[in-house]
This record gives sequence, structure tokens and C-alpha cells, in this order.
Amino acid sequence: MTVTYPLLVNAVITGLLMGGFYAALSVGASIAFGLLDIVNIAHPTFAVVGAYAVLMLNRTFNIDPILGGLLLTPVFYCAGTLLYQVYHHFFEKRGDDAMRGLAFFFGLMFIAEVVLIMLFGVDFRYVHTPYITTTLNFGAIALPLRLAVPFAGSLLMLVVLELFLKKTFIGRAVVAVAQDPFALRLVGASPVRIKRIAFGVACASAALAGAFIIVIEPLQPAVGREFIGRVFAICVFGGLGSLPGTVVAAISLGLVENLSTIFIGASWSPAVAFGVLLATLAWRPSGLFGRS
Amino acid sequence: MSPGLWKTGHWKTGHWKTGHWKTGHWKTGHWKTWRFIAAAIGVAAIVFGVAAWLNIDYLFFAGYVVLQYVVLASAWNILGGYTGYMNLGVSAFFAVGAYTTVALETALKLPLPATIPAAAVVAGLVGVGMGYLTLRLKGIFFAIATLALAVVTETFITNWDYVGGSAGVYLLHPKRGPWFGSYIEYLFLLMLIVATLAVVVARAVERSWLGYGFTAIRDDEVAAEATGVPTLRLKLVATGLSGALMGMAGAPLPYYVSFLEPASAFNLSYAVNTIAMAMIGGTKTWLGPLIGAVLLATVQQVATVTIASEINLLVVGVLLVGFVMLAPNGIVGLLRRR
Repeated sequence: MTVTYPLLVNAVITGLLMGGFYAALSVGASIAFGLLDIVNIAHPTFAVVGAYAVLMLNRTFNIDPILGGLLLTPVFYCAGTLLYQVYHHFFEKRGDDAMRGLAFFFGLMFIAEVVLIMLFGVDFRYVHTPYITTTLNFGAIALPLRLAVPFAGSLLMLVVLELFLKKTFIGRAVVAVAQDPFALRLVGASPVRIKRIAFGVACASAALAGAFIIVIEPLQPAVGREFIGRVFAICVFGGLGSLPGTVVAAISLGLVENLSTIFIGASWSPAVAFGVLLATLAWRPSGLFGRS
Repeated sequence: MSPGLWKTGHWKTGHWKTGHWKTGHWKTGHWKTWRFIAAAIGVAAIVFGVAAWLNIDYLFFAGYVVLQYVVLASAWNILGGYTGYMNLGVSAFFAVGAYTTVALETALKLPLPATIPAAAVVAGLVGVGMGYLTLRLKGIFFAIATLALAVVTETFITNWDYVGGSAGVYLLHPKRGPWFGSYIEYLFLLMLIVATLAVVVARAVERSWLGYGFTAIRDDEVAAEATGVPTLRLKLVATGLSGALMGMAGAPLPYYVSFLEPASAFNLSYAVNTIAMAMIGGTKTWLGPLIGAVLLATVQQVATVTIASEINLLVVGVLLVGFVMLAPNGIVGLLRRR
């Protein structure tokens, strides 16, 4: 395949836009993994559950998918706090084995996927809104709103989350719980309560990310699995728990994936995220912006 | 760990080998390994004798799957249970074994008894390679990397047209086995041999200095390293051994299913089933995965015939979550508590 100039530019734009979405999808996992020490491997699958919920809202009440995602965030927040309570009771309090916690989320991921297959089947599902089919053209350069709208939404969400972590009392307590839970207890805050809130926020971000998924591409119960490699590559590459790092890592991955698609071939792109992940683990385990 | 210490063998005499572990609750019996091997072969012979006497093809079909999971769960447990490193990419090793058979069949027309050891070598090397890249880090990164490894191996196989690529490959087998009986009976016998080997290896490893080293890594890796256990080398042995056995479990798969494609060979349900079986049975001894696999796989085989296969998978997921929450030491742990 000859690589023409417009093709290259469009690949860069697509990569950039997809990267923004990857950041939105990864940020919840990065908060849970990096700040709370909870390896929620089911995070991408939670986003897929969110996407199906958005689909149902869209089909039943004709609600815009992104608005639907926003409406779902309180539900996901509550589910997240509940889930943390369960996790805390059965795994964190015992403190013996992080691996069992991982098996727990792995099992949850599988259960969620099977339930989705039983409810919706394995057919691809779509939503219909005007902006999904619209593409703005600037000469040879195409800007599909299908990608641009989730990109803008993702950046907005990340800015809000960064402000929450840096400016609010609870947000700063979340960062503190990652650094020294004992000291946090000394100043009179309960680490469990703080972590519960933070995990709720992380899960709430999955609802919005799910809305972005269904805007960007057709939905199928197993797509969550395809994102796991990417999400954890981004978490590790960006430095665990660092939001700016997550954005940079996600956009780099989006670019690398799309450029490799035009230079090597689309069927190889799943291997790219893993390559990035392995290379990061081998040479810079603390990531780009990590606290080593 | 300095390489010199490994050569001198001093670490073998470290205080973790002084014998206080002998009083541990996990020491199940006093059988010598050779006696156990004889008993295992005896049990396998009885199983095959009864199955051959009944001579029902469906029994061989179902029994093959049960035995395949005995291999997978025992193999997974060598790394996941003894060493505490969770391998979520079971399907990668399993499928590498299956595709080794496909490649060797296509290239050299090798028969199964030759491709099974070859699959062990290839999958073992994949295990060592992956371990080398990821095991220097915290266990959790290893777990994530193994899951991603499944995706990347699937990508490679999908793009490798020689073994069928994304379209899949047909590997038709004759109706009769090469020695006697039907072909499925032959596959059943081969898997029975591999399963016996896997259980014997799992038990032997558990009771050797390797097993004590693995346990030391699981309990406290830093302390183990400090007392002179060569943790990295031991972990590489564990990943290699575990991967090799999983590859052997996958080697006969192309003949069992007749049509192999990446999406089915790399199915996530192999990983979930394997991990669920080991964890439900109990991960601290060789007996746990055996019990878990026989129990769960048999129930699954009955359930697939009677109820839908999705519900079947759901039950496995729910059981896995339930057991890790309520019974961390599995069925063996529940029995021991009495």
C-alpha cells in the first residue's frame, strides 16, 4: 500500500482522537490501580456494560448517548461504592492475597460478559444520532464527529477529574491515601471511606467511557476484552495514577496504533498495545509520569 | 541473587529448608514419589479399562475434556498456586500447543505422539520468554501481561496463513485409531497419559525443593530472595513447566475439534475455567486442581447436554467469584478445616 500524504494526516488525526477516548477509558482503571491498589481488570467490561445501558436509554427514551452516559454516572458511582465495600470486606481487610482480588475481578468480568451475551446476543449494536454519521471535511482532511465528539467529551472528563483530585479536599485525600493511609488516619480521615468514594468515581467514569464506545464503534459484548491490553498498557506507560501521564500515554498509543495500521496492516494492531506494555515493563516500569 | 551462590548450592541449605515446614497443614501424606507414580498409573489404567469396556463414544468425548482440564488446572497451579503468580493467559499456551500440532502436521506429517512433546517444548519456551520479560516486576503486572500475551499470540496466529490464519484450518482424522478402537478413544488415551503426567509432575514439584522454593516466593518474595532462594530462576522454571504442560493439553485439540480457528483456540473461557477449577479445588496442593477439574468439568459436560452453554459459563464465573470470596482455600481447604 502506498502511503499518501492525506492518508497519513488522517491517520494521525484518527490516532489523536482515538487516543483521547482511550484516556477516558483508562482513567478509571488508572485511579483504581495506581491510587487505590485495586487491580480492576474488569474496568473495560464495566464500560461495555455502561454502553449497553446507554443503548437501552437511547432505544427506550431516545436519549442522546453521551447525555445517557452522563445520566448513568450516579448509578455507576453507587455500584462502584458497593463493589468496593464487597472488595474491602472479602479481600482488602484480610490483606493476604492481592491475587484473589484479581481473580475476583476476572470472574466479574466474565460474568458481566456472559450476562450481556444472554441479554443482547452477540450481534453488533448501534445507536443513531446525527453526529455519528457526520464528517467535517477540510480539503483532503476529514474530521469525523463520531470520533471528535467523544474526544472532546473525554478531555472534558479528564480535566474535571484532575481538578477533583488536585483542588477538592476529598480528591486530595484520595492522593494521600495512595501515599500513606496511616498518616491519613492520623489527621482524622477514614481511608476506607476515601477509597470507597474514589472507586465510585472510577466506576462512574466507566459509564461515560461506555457512552463514547457506542458512539465510536458498533457494540458487542466481547469488545471490553480487546481494550484490556490497551487500558493497562496506558496505565503502566503513563505512570500509575497520573492523569496527565494517562492522557499522553493514551494519545501516543492511539497514534502508534493508527500509524502501524497504515504501515503494517490492520490485522496487526492488537499486538501494538502489548508491545508498548511489554517494552514499558521492561525498561521503565514506573511509566512516563510515575512516582517510581 | 549472585550467580555464584546458585552454583555452590548454599541456598539449598538455607533456613527455609530446616524442616519446620514439615509440620505445615498442607503436608498431605507420606507416600514416596515412585509409589505415587505407580498408583497414578494404576488409577489411569483402571479409568481407561472401564471406559474401554463401556466403549461409548460420547464418554470418550466428554472424558477427553475433563482430562484436558485436569492438565490445564494442574499446570496453572504450578505457577498460580505454588508460586502465587496468576497466569490469565492460559488460552495462549493452550493454543500455542494446538498450533504446534497444526504446523508440524502441515510441514512434516508428524503424528500426535510426536507433536505433544514438541508442543510442550514450544509452549515451555513461550512461558520462559514471557517470564523473563515480566517476572522481575510485581506479580500483578505479570497477570496483566499474560492476558495481553493471549491477544498478541492470537494476532500472530491470525496473521500466519501457513496454519490457516483467520480462516481456520481443517485437520481431519481417520475413523479408527492407529492401534485399536475409534480415533476418539485414542485421543482419550493420549490425554489420559498427559493428565497422569501432569498430576505426577505437580505433586513431585510440590514436594521437592522446587516446591518449597515456590512456596517461599509466594509467601514473601523479598524474604525468600534475602535468604538465598534464587527467586528469578525458580520463577522461570515455574513459568516454563506450567506453560509446557498447558501446551501438551492443547496439542491434540486440532484433531479433537477437526476445525481449528484462532477465535475458538484462544477462547477466554479456557482461562476462566482453568482458574476457576484450580481455585475452587484449592491452590495449595496438587489435589485441589485435580478435584476442581474433575468436579467442575464433569458438571459442565452434563450441563452442556442438558442446559444452555451460556448458563454453564455463568455458573463457572459465579462459582469462581463465590469461592475466592468465601472459601479462599477451596474445597481442599474446606475439607481440611474439619
